[in-house]
Parts: sequence; structure tokens; C-alpha cells
Amino acid sequence: MKQETIIDFIYEEAFLLDTMQWSKWLELYDKDARYWMPMEWNQTDPMMQQSLMYEDMLLLTIRVERLSGERTFSQKPKSRSHHILQTPKILEFNEEKDLFKTWTPFTYTETRGDILERFSGWASHDLKLVDNNIKISLKRIDLINFDAPFSNIQLFM
Amino acid sequence: MNKYENNKKAVQKLVLDKSVHRDVYINEEIFKLEMEQLFPNVWIFIGHASQIKTPGDFITSKIGNQPILVSRHRDNSIHVLYNRCPHKGVKIASEPCGNTGKFFRCPYHAWSFKTDGSLLAVPLKKGYEGTGFADTAASKGLSKVENVKIYKDFIFARLSKNGPSFEDYFGDSLSTIDNMVDRSPNGALEIVSSPIRYMHTCNWKMLVENQTDTCHPMVAHESSAGTAVKVWEREKVNSVSKDTPIAVQFYAPFMSPYEFYESTGIRIWPNGHGHTGVTGSIHQDYTDVDGYMEQMVEKHGDEKAKQIINDVRHNTVYFPNIMVKGAVQILRNFIPISVDKTLVESWCFRLVGAPQKFFERSLMYNRFINAPTSIVGHDDLEMYERAQEGLKSDGNEWVNLQRLYDEDEKHDVTEIINGTSERQMRNQFNAWSKYMTLNMSEKLEAAE
Repeated sequence: MKQETIIDFIYEEAFLLDTMQWSKWLELYDKDARYWMPMEWNQTDPMMQQSLMYEDMLLLTIRVERLSGERTFSQKPKSRSHHILQTPKILEFNEEKDLFKTWTPFTYTETRGDILERFSGWASHDLKLVDNNIKISLKRIDLINFDAPFSNIQLFM
Repeated sequence: MNKYENNKKAVQKLVLDKSVHRDVYINEEIFKLEMEQLFPNVWIFIGHASQIKTPGDFITSKIGNQPILVSRHRDNSIHVLYNRCPHKGVKIASEPCGNTGKFFRCPYHAWSFKTDGSLLAVPLKKGYEGTGFADTAASKGLSKVENVKIYKDFIFARLSKNGPSFEDYFGDSLSTIDNMVDRSPNGALEIVSSPIRYMHTCNWKMLVENQTDTCHPMVAHESSAGTAVKVWEREKVNSVSKDTPIAVQFYAPFMSPYEFYESTGIRIWPNGHGHTGVTGSIHQDYTDVDGYMEQMVEKHGDEKAKQIINDVRHNTVYFPNIMVKGAVQILRNFIPISVDKTLVESWCFRLVGAPQKFFERSLMYNRFINAPTSIVGHDDLEMYERAQEGLKSDGNEWVNLQRLYDEDEKHDVTEIINGTSERQMRNQFNAWSKYMTLNMSEKLEAAE
């Protein structure tokens, strides 16, 4: 595998999110994957320290299905998202261990109705190969203002 | 503009037996009066003693819109102070918590204060000689809040001189805090984590009312809890473990039918306090944690241990602005920012001595239900925001709170009632009217 393949994969994830292709987005994740948003600086433990999100595939699937629910009033009107990514930095590229890690500074915008909110942070991906396809085993979102009082964040960074 | 200031009758007229006027949620003058009257007149939660364990530790907090500083003095006493320098008004501490060492030092002109608030030193002291400085408020240091009560490590304060005593104000409602403390095999709770903070563009009272609103979960949360149940039912065939995940155990009971909430009841207490889930609640069926029952029996004996653990009260509102959930060790603080803006801080407590699974669950419940990233939170905030907008409509100036109203019902009593009653909301507004006007002077006829 080439390093560029990994980088393209990170861009592809943002593309699927911004074009709201939710089921294709979920397919990028391994069955045991976690999506983690810490609430502390340099947080080390997702469970015993307060996180904003630490979700498995069941919970992510619930979120995705909820977005299109007939009685999901917080999605009437719908939210949209916009990612701007810096070129992902490859922190680990280890084919032998089947472990690939990237670090991607981002600016994320989420809008709904007349409201537009902007967030900045770093996305860390742990990736692996499953049947020759790249899969996310952990996505970690560290916001620069992780402890600020946000209003709704309904989509995915 | 001064429709309500010094006008007791006008304020009292906003609360009727079965309805309240929209101005309680959308009128800026009412919000200003809440800050000047209601919040100072009653006992407000400002922190927990476990946050300031060692001398020099401090936390900052608020009562209404007034900044408050709570500090641990060198003799281990806790002092509640107005967080402003007596010189030019600069906030002495601005971080949520920290340790100041032996004294506080104002960053502007270096006036310094002992950790009990008294003045330690002023630079260029000579400049104050012969000016009568000793007779000024400034010479006394940081102004102290006189009425402070630390109840089982929960720190409460009342700013106004005239108001109810702590015991009279909370009465038997303290049994919910007692139960949460009793759930620790050591009889102690601890805050070891920052709260989840969630900004709401709505009036603070909408959030408080929602805590005992048992007719909304199966409707407003169909989108989150209903979807969770549906997805789990479908996916569990592919799941390695057939045990219901704790996440689904948290979400699913929100979809309980009206009959469940009707039968589990609401208990109301005087002064606007009350709770849902008297004989059972959405928290009753969580998987047991290994070893915990044995710990509790050893500490309390069989009967009391069961009584503590089986008391699974749902939401307890301590009027005006906190909610305590003993069964998952969470306290939510509804902090008013402006008439249409409320900061919610949701704290988890660690049950000292209990298996760490409890704290893990508490943090999990907090992020599933109380976070800006929570799908349950998204459902609720949407309703509050729509209400904040909808109430501007002149079509009807009143909010209806008459579900299960009985014309013989009395104020300031303890009673257990049908769990779908809106009586706890009526109870809150009765307390609201009483404490808004407690120290309000009457406008003179001539001034009208």
C-alpha cells in the first residue's frame, strides 16, 4: 500500500460526510470501531474521563438512522456539514502490524436553518486493513475548545 | 418598561392556578427581577466540597448573574465570597477551579486577601493614611456571603438577609441527596471530572419544568430512544453478546408508555421541590454491578441496603435551578445567562468506595443524555427553542399547566400524585411567585 492511499482515504471520509452519504460513511468503519470526542486536553481514557462521544457501530448506526426519522424534529430543517482538512500527517505506517495512524488538523462547519457554527480541531485516525480494504478502527476528534459550552452538534466531524 | 419592578401584584398575576403568563419566559424585565429577587432570596447550589479538598483550593460559581468564589481556608473552613475585588471590582478568580496558595492576589493592583476573604495587604499603604480607609467596605476585604450551608458536602448559599432557613426551604426534599450519598459504601461522593456544558437558547425555567414532564419522553424522544430500540432489535441477531447494551438500557425506558409514568408517581414538596419516579422509574432495570450489593449490605444491613438501592427516583428538582438524579449520580445545574439563554452544566459524582463501573456508567449516561452531542439533548433543545419562538405569538399569552389539576389542591404541601400530573410545574411556579416577591417593595400609588 502507498502512503497516498491512506491520505486519499481520509479525504474520502470527509467527502462522504459532506455529501451526506451516511451508509457509505459507516462502511468505512471496522465492526469494532469507536468514534471518540474527548472533553479534556490530552485525554487518555475515553470511559473513566468525561468524553462528549465514545460510540460503537450500534450507536453510530442509531445516529445515522435518526437523522432521517420522520419524527426527528431537530432535523427539520436538516443540518449540513463542511470539512476543510489540512494534508493528513502519517504518524505510523506499519504494514507488518497492520496499523496506520494519521493526524489531520481540520476546520468543521455545521449549519442548520439560519445558524452556522464553526469548530477547529485535530482528527486522529487509527486504520487497518480488512480484506484488503482500509477500515477505521478509531477516530478521535480533539477540539481546540473541547470544554466550551456548545449548542447542538448533530453531525460528524 | 417598568411594568413589574416594585410591583408585587403585577408579578403575582403572571401565575394563575392552572396557567402562567408567557412573560415569565420571554420578558427581559422579569429576567432582571429574577436575578435581583428570586435567586438571592433562595438557596442556590454553588459547588461540592470535594472540589476544594485542600487549603488554597477554590472554585468559581454564580448565584443568578453574580460571580461567586468558594475557597478552602487554612483551618479547613469553607468560605463563600463575592468574586470581586473591593478596590475596582475586578474578578479575583476567573478559572472554574484551582489552588491560590496562601492568599488571593488581585491581578490589577495587587491587593491581596486571605483565603477567608479578609484583606491581607494593599500596596503603597501610605497613600491611604488619613483617608478614613478603615471605615470603608474596601478595608474589609472580599465581601462574604453570610448565609451558607454545607449539607453532606453540597454547598448552598442564600444572598439575601431575609429569606427561609436552609432546613425550612428544602425540608424532606433533601432525602434525594441523602439517597445519592448513601449509595456510596463509604457514605461520600466525589467530583473528579469537569461538567458537560451545553448552551441552550431558551429560558432556564423551560429546562427545569422539563425535568418532571413525563408526557414528553415517548413523544419528543421517539426520534432518539425510539430509533435506538428499533436499531437494537434489528441488529442484535448479529451481536456477539445478546445482553442488551447499557446504552440501550439507558435509551429504551424513555419510550415507556403513559401508564408507566402514571403509576410510578410524582412526589411534591413545599417551596417548589419535587421528583418523578416514586415507586419505580426509568432507572430501575439497569444490570446489577458485581460485588456492590455485598458492599452495601455489609455497610447498612440487608434491609437498609435494599431500601437505598431500590429507591430509584427519576428526576428531583431542587427549586429553582438544579436537578439531582441519585440512581446515576448526576446533578444538572441550569444557569440563567439571559432571558433566552441558559447554560446547563451536568456533573457526575463518583460513589467513593463503590466499583468503578458506577462512575463509568454515570459518565456514559451524562454523554448520552446531557451533552451537546446527545441525540436526546437534540430532541429537547429543539422543543425549547420552538417554545421560545412560539411564545412571541400574541394569539395566546398563556401557557397551560392544568394536567390533573384539582381545584382543592393546596400549595406548599407534601403529596404523592399521579406521575403524569403537571402539578410539580404548578408547585414550581407557586414558589417562583412567592420568592420573586418576598422582598419586593410595593410601588407607591403616586409613582404610577
